[in-house]
Amino acid sequence: MWRDAALVAGKDLRIEGRAKVAVNQVAPYALVVLLLFGFAFDQDKPLLVQAAPGLYWMAVLFSGLLAVQRSFSLESADAAMDALRLSRLEPAGVFLGKVAAVAAQLLLLEVLLALGVVVLFQSRLSGAALLAASAAVSTAGVAAAGVVYGALCTGLRARETLLPLLLAPVLAPVVLAATEAWRSALGLSRGDGWHWLALLGCFAAVYLAGGAVGFGALMEET
Amino acid sequence: MVLSARLRSAVALAGRYPVLAGADLDVRAGEVLVVRGPNGAGKTSLLRVLAGLLPLSSGEAEVLGLDPSADARSLRPLVGLLGHKNGLYDELTTEQNVRFVARAARRDVDVVPAALERLGFGQRLRQAPAGKLSAGQRRRLALACVLAKGPLLWLLDEPHAGLDAEHRELLDGLLREVAADGCSVVLASHEHRATAVLADRVVNMAGGVVLDGVLPLGLSRGSQGDPVGGGPVQAGPVQAGPVEAGPVEAGPVQAGVGEAQSVA
Repeated sequence: MWRDAALVAGKDLRIEGRAKVAVNQVAPYALVVLLLFGFAFDQDKPLLVQAAPGLYWMAVLFSGLLAVQRSFSLESADAAMDALRLSRLEPAGVFLGKVAAVAAQLLLLEVLLALGVVVLFQSRLSGAALLAASAAVSTAGVAAAGVVYGALCTGLRARETLLPLLLAPVLAPVVLAATEAWRSALGLSRGDGWHWLALLGCFAAVYLAGGAVGFGALMEET
Repeated sequence: MVLSARLRSAVALAGRYPVLAGADLDVRAGEVLVVRGPNGAGKTSLLRVLAGLLPLSSGEAEVLGLDPSADARSLRPLVGLLGHKNGLYDELTTEQNVRFVARAARRDVDVVPAALERLGFGQRLRQAPAGKLSAGQRRRLALACVLAKGPLLWLLDEPHAGLDAEHRELLDGLLREVAADGCSVVLASHEHRATAVLADRVVNMAGGVVLDGVLPLGLSRGSQGDPVGGGPVQAGPVQAGPVEAGPVEAGPVQAGVGEAQSVA
């Protein structure tokens, strides 16, 4: 399974490295979203600083939708999903490989967006351990849930519009928990951010385990 | 009789529409079977049923000794399917596409250069992204992927589409080789002239039914004199199929380029 995951992740990242969709389209889009949030709150700088974690994770969510859509358009463009189904690859390996590839792209994007938050919103990053841990676990959750719903939507006619409709509400707990964890890390709230990290961990574990078990059935429906 | 595949009264649905409506078909080990028929006759669906990608809603099916509905996960790695689309990744190079298929089939990557060479890809084209290839080159690349996978049953949907005369001959030669090595080839095509020289047997489809797909009892490749369905018989040595008097056994493919053997 791990070998299959590495093979699929390597393939997806190699494709992404050549197509540069994440670099040339998703990352600029995420920064534009952040900029637009900045315009919306421009008159109220303190509020912008307070809201920065939430705006950051909203930008990650929007970008994650694009990354997931891109990950499955690779397979549907020339019916490559059939080739995957006809291979000896374990579905769990395909799932974990796709999650790893999406997560790797999202992590890079999150670093870029964090820089954007510092520059545009004049936020001061602190609590590095909690920030990094919650970012890593949130990314795993977003990628895992995204790949599950991406596979679910692949065979459907209106998949481009259906995926955001289905996935955004599912990711609401991640946005909420990650925002609260970051607010705690940045000293914007007095709550214990590590509790929110535990919630993020539960979400990621459920979707990673569920996806690994159920991805074979999802591939059959595509 | 040595059979690679056997369908009886096979019904398959696309939604509620019966794309196969009681199809009967025998496929012998080591034969090139051409399936002809008008658009919408069910040729593509037949190939997908044989590949284990489209489950039957009723009827019987046995492919390489396995039930394509119940044992789809075991059957699929033994089958090579070339559909209307090529299943390629545009951003990967020619070589990377074939390498991915070979590794996903748990095969040694040593088969990759041989498969590319067999399908006429020189050194320059091997580093070209698949998205930059012409339609004919993409078709050949998809065939190289099938070859690198080393399947026991080749299922090809209009494989000659987009190929020039030289590469049609190359494809025909390859298919004769794999059939001589004991693999079966089921080829759906509109091109009567192109496939006539290649076919061991020709069957016709209409309305989701194979009109002349069942072999007479006792007829095997070694004993037959004339083709069933009017297609010419290829001369040459007959390779024994994997299993006599019943479905073939499935197992890991140990094939080199153009070779396939069944291992229990």
